Amino acid sequence: MGKVAMLIDTSKCTGCRGCQVACKEWNDLPATTTTNWGSYENPPDLSASTWTRISFHEVADDRGVRWLFFKEGCLHCTEAACVEVCPTAALQYHEMGFVSLDEDRCNGCGYCVEFCPFQIPRLEINPLTGQGKAYKCTLCQDRVTNDLIPACAKTCPANAIQFGDREAMVTMAQKRVEELKAIGYTNAVVYGDKELGGLGRIYVLTERPSVYGLPENPQVPALTRLWQKGIQPFGYAAVGLTLLGLGFNWVVQRRVARAAEAEEEG
Amino acid sequence: MTNHWIDIKNADVIMIIGSNAAENHPISIKWVEEARRNGAVLISVDPRFTRTSALADIYAPLRSGTDIAFIGGLINYVLENELYHKEYVAEYTNASFLINPDFGFENGLFVGYDPNKRKYDKSAWSYQTDADGIPLEDKTLQDPNTVFQHLKRHYARYDLDTVSAITGTPKEVLEKVYSTYASTGQPGKAGTIMYAMGATQHTYGTQNVRSYAILQLLLGNIGVAGGGINALRGLHNVQGSTDMCLLFHILPGYLKTPIEADETLAAHLERVTPRTNDPKSVNWWKNYPKYMVSLLKAWWGDAATPENDFAFHYLPRNSANYSHIALFEAMYRGDIKGFIVLGQNPAVGGPNSNMERKAMENLDWLVVIDLWETETAAFWKRPDVDPASIQTEVFLLPAASYVEREGSVTNSGRWIQWRYKAVDPIGDAKEDLWIVNQIMRRLRDLYATQGGAFPDPIVNLTWDYGDGLPDAEQIAREISGTALVDLKDKEGNVIVKAGQQVKNFTQLRDDGSTACGNWLYNYYTQEGNLAKRRDTVDRSGIGLYSNWGWCWPVNRRIIYNRASVHPVTGEPWDKEHPVIRWDPVAKKWIGDVPDGGTPPNTIHPFIMKPEGHARIFGLGLADGPFPEHYEPWESPVPNLLSGTQNNPAFKIWASEMDYKGEADKYPIIATTYRITEHMQAGAMTRNLPWLVEAMPELFVEMSPELAEEKGIRNGDKVVVETARGSVTGVALVTPRFRPFQVNGRMLHQIGVPWHWGYMGISTGDSANVLTPHVGDANTMIPEFKAFLCDVRKAV
Repeated sequence: MGKVAMLIDTSKCTGCRGCQVACKEWNDLPATTTTNWGSYENPPDLSASTWTRISFHEVADDRGVRWLFFKEGCLHCTEAACVEVCPTAALQYHEMGFVSLDEDRCNGCGYCVEFCPFQIPRLEINPLTGQGKAYKCTLCQDRVTNDLIPACAKTCPANAIQFGDREAMVTMAQKRVEELKAIGYTNAVVYGDKELGGLGRIYVLTERPSVYGLPENPQVPALTRLWQKGIQPFGYAAVGLTLLGLGFNWVVQRRVARAAEAEEEG
Repeated sequence: MTNHWIDIKNADVIMIIGSNAAENHPISIKWVEEARRNGAVLISVDPRFTRTSALADIYAPLRSGTDIAFIGGLINYVLENELYHKEYVAEYTNASFLINPDFGFENGLFVGYDPNKRKYDKSAWSYQTDADGIPLEDKTLQDPNTVFQHLKRHYARYDLDTVSAITGTPKEVLEKVYSTYASTGQPGKAGTIMYAMGATQHTYGTQNVRSYAILQLLLGNIGVAGGGINALRGLHNVQGSTDMCLLFHILPGYLKTPIEADETLAAHLERVTPRTNDPKSVNWWKNYPKYMVSLLKAWWGDAATPENDFAFHYLPRNSANYSHIALFEAMYRGDIKGFIVLGQNPAVGGPNSNMERKAMENLDWLVVIDLWETETAAFWKRPDVDPASIQTEVFLLPAASYVEREGSVTNSGRWIQWRYKAVDPIGDAKEDLWIVNQIMRRLRDLYATQGGAFPDPIVNLTWDYGDGLPDAEQIAREISGTALVDLKDKEGNVIVKAGQQVKNFTQLRDDGSTACGNWLYNYYTQEGNLAKRRDTVDRSGIGLYSNWGWCWPVNRRIIYNRASVHPVTGEPWDKEHPVIRWDPVAKKWIGDVPDGGTPPNTIHPFIMKPEGHARIFGLGLADGPFPEHYEPWESPVPNLLSGTQNNPAFKIWASEMDYKGEADKYPIIATTYRITEHMQAGAMTRNLPWLVEAMPELFVEMSPELAEEKGIRNGDKVVVETARGSVTGVALVTPRFRPFQVNGRMLHQIGVPWHWGYMGISTGDSANVLTPHVGDANTMIPEFKAFLCDVRKAV
């Protein structure tokens, strides 16, 4: 199967947040208690129970007022810092082009939270067990591996969320940017076609990426690779001598797990 | 809608005014965006910069309640610059008709006004006619008595400076909107107007919509693809309930309710059936008697006979105003003792809702049929009342939701679509049909066994649905129309056998041989239930999808479509998007179902009017043949255009709770609206945690300027107070709201969504405790959209 991607066309988004609710419905994510904090935006941030949400950006300048709606969530990097640093292989590159998350394998170390250049994953500590788990959008991996499109794309009434073959999505995005430029959106740009080896979530933006809080030139932190290759085993030493002893095992086990999966996928 | 949702994609310019379509009709935006892809320009006109404005090419702010000034200025612009569609205006509208020389207009009043009755004598609002009663015309439009010249004089006063001083819209923005929209006056170009409650919920709401109609007629935008006057209805089946006589002044299919003077069926038919001697006028309402008699036969069957006027005397005579406000005024006076509420929640949705909640205390009994215990059902235990002091007996019947029952729904585009039941109702919840059937059966038994003042209409009603859940398709067949005997054509051939469904309303008769519950709704024919059709192939090329569901009337997707073609040749004005076109070889129309199938140049296109022409000059409304700007009932400024401050013809109520606020105490303009995350009075959405999470609390939107003046910061709790009540909400301070420069003064406006109440998992004050108990002069729809308030930081 070829790589897939989600295309989010911000020029079509009405900020209705059907995607936000559909995500919770499909993934069985509970509502949190919120208050109005002087914005249409809520919940105020991504969390273990909010994997996608619309952020609202008001821009008032000499061009007048603009109100931009931006769908936040995992960008499914091809060069994903979270996968690189994940010690348990809970986060993996899926052959379909997204970053999959296996909750059962997650040990709650939180490295993914620290290293994601887009600050997407969120860690939740179970108050009873003390066990942490990381959460993020999985591109509805249970749906897309069963020939269904992600819940958010399915529900979007404005056709602002498209899903399909990655190359087709990139072409569609580029074509849309040309259309937008022709009707006066001079800042329109495709985001995600090339960033970090190409993202599994491609945006059509009508303003510079930074206006939406996106890094203009995202990088996998150099430390990530250093971390994975060199420091990671020693990192456990800091936790305790027991873990130091297990450190090697972790690395080995992880390699074994990856090799086994590579065989399955192959 | 004259057109339909998908047709929006065919527009060259889209003006969304009095509507926040992106927020309240998200699905429409798909088609708006499709139009923009093809080069269309989107204009958003709104007091605040909304989610719709966010998508627009041009945003025009206007002060709430000044739509007529805004559109009047556009009409003036079109006339002054001769940008109207000249052939269309001359041939298809009444612009060329000569008006009675006694007609006049002075100081904001049309001729015939009686200030004591607050009513017009409309006799001078009429055409000059020849001996046959056919209106006199001047096709050159030069005669000073033509509608066209009256129109020009009327709107000449709406110059850019005056309009900008009234609306607060900057002049350069007005000019940009005007020149953009007026470009659709070129033959072959189409502009559409999408509107909703922002237009209608004013004391002159009907005239707001009339102003759109006049504009669209001048530009030749009615009947064409991508054009029209498009009312975005507030719920999935509002159009259906309107068609089926939700409103008190009509019967199904817009037949008229009898008045006291209609002592016989003949008298009624004589009064309401229009006549014309113009051979080119189709005058479709001449068929009224067929539809009325067929309705009476559907309702009373064998008890409706020629001898008893088909039971016409069973129909209640419309002797009073039974609109929403009037009902609650009567309830407040103690004149109404029992109240059945289904599909609404007036304790949240009604204007001046403190008064309406108080009025319900005078009821002996209240039945609420709903999915949840709504604020209306719980009015007796609302905050700040002592339940022991309220004697009303309240019954709450759990209702099935729309996914738990079967039936038809009619969308804004008049498409009737069958909706299937998805799941069984939860617990004891029952379908509306089941509940109404049980009530009716018990009532009928009571009248049959105990008699009463007039039991016949109830005892003799056709009501044979058994004791369980009525069959929705049986009702669909009754609505659609059935032959009661063999129907024959002029040659005596049987065209419909007794017991069969009629093909459409052309087969209905006025002799009692047909029964039809709504002449417009012939969707269940001998071919079956056409509302179930799901053909996704568009053969029209303009998105008509004629074999998807069924559309009233006669599956015509764009009404008045005979106006989309040249009057003589039958060639479409817009050759890229032809709705219909005349095929001279085949001698028939190709495309949509035409408004009359005769060849070009044989009939006038506006077949529902006896004169066959669309009315730029309106004859029938309560408050004038042309829309005129007045201020809302509560306004901080004098009317700049005349000495007549308010619409002179709406009813002013006078109970002790009908307070009016003055600008010295309440200087800030307020409006109410909905948001995407919540539905109407909120029962359906304030009980859903995900939606509550997304939009948890009542908020008050205001400009940074007002916030600064009042010492309010974003996120502060604020109190909004009017003469009628106050609410507390979270301040949402945003540059999307700007103060208006109105005639040299800076005026502030705020906005409050009206979804909250004291029940459900998200509670909050109801914005409608703020709104006044006054309504439109024609429809009585409340003035929710413009009133006066003050705002302060909550302590």
